Amino acid sequence: MPLYEHVFIARQDLSSTQAEGLVEHFSTVLSDNGGAIVEKEYWGVKTMAYKINKNRKGHYAFLRTNAPSAAVQEMERLMRLHDDVMRVLTIKVDAHGEGPSVQMQKRDDRDGERGDRGDRGPRPERSGFGGDRGGDRGGFGGGDRRR
Amino acid sequence: MATKPFFRRRKVCPFSGANAPAIDYKDTRLLMRYISERGKIVPARITAVSSIKQRELATAIKRARFLALLPYAVK
Repeated sequence: MPLYEHVFIARQDLSSTQAEGLVEHFSTVLSDNGGAIVEKEYWGVKTMAYKINKNRKGHYAFLRTNAPSAAVQEMERLMRLHDDVMRVLTIKVDAHGEGPSVQMQKRDDRDGERGDRGDRGPRPERSGFGGDRGGDRGGFGGGDRRR
Repeated sequence: MATKPFFRRRKVCPFSGANAPAIDYKDTRLLMRYISERGKIVPARITAVSSIKQRELATAIKRARFLALLPYAVK
């Protein structure tokens, strides 16, 4: 059966227990239609990069499934109709990644790496984007354009 | 314009090779390195990403934008 990954975002007004209850609810819907949940994760309340339905934060949940397409379509249909769910994304994947997804791993790593982020690591790259004034990189691209 | 005496040191695509990170739409930290300060996707001629990987990177960034993990535009 094809493998899928799903992410959905629920309104921030829900409590976290309610949000996790939503995950369970959709899991049962999927398994009732013959699918299997490989893994489910709850990423918690995250601040979103832009407002969705006038909310700045939302509960993020992540599912990995192995299910027939009809079951996935049914689950997705119910997700889209649900009032508390704001966004749904379903992706078909060739293989599931093993272990917790990157979002969960980041939490464990982030506490250790917070100091690293303060380094100049990302900065030098960004100064090159600003324009053609950057050193090597900008000069090369600028040379082509001015011709 | 004036050409530099040394050629650009043929940078390698950061996603090909042995320990290359996988391009994942959920990995905001990785993706943030390939968007500009305004939130735009950086062209491959600057980041030296190969064309296949640049396309994968672009779809990953667009998915992350849809999920509000990355912004569409930053003022």
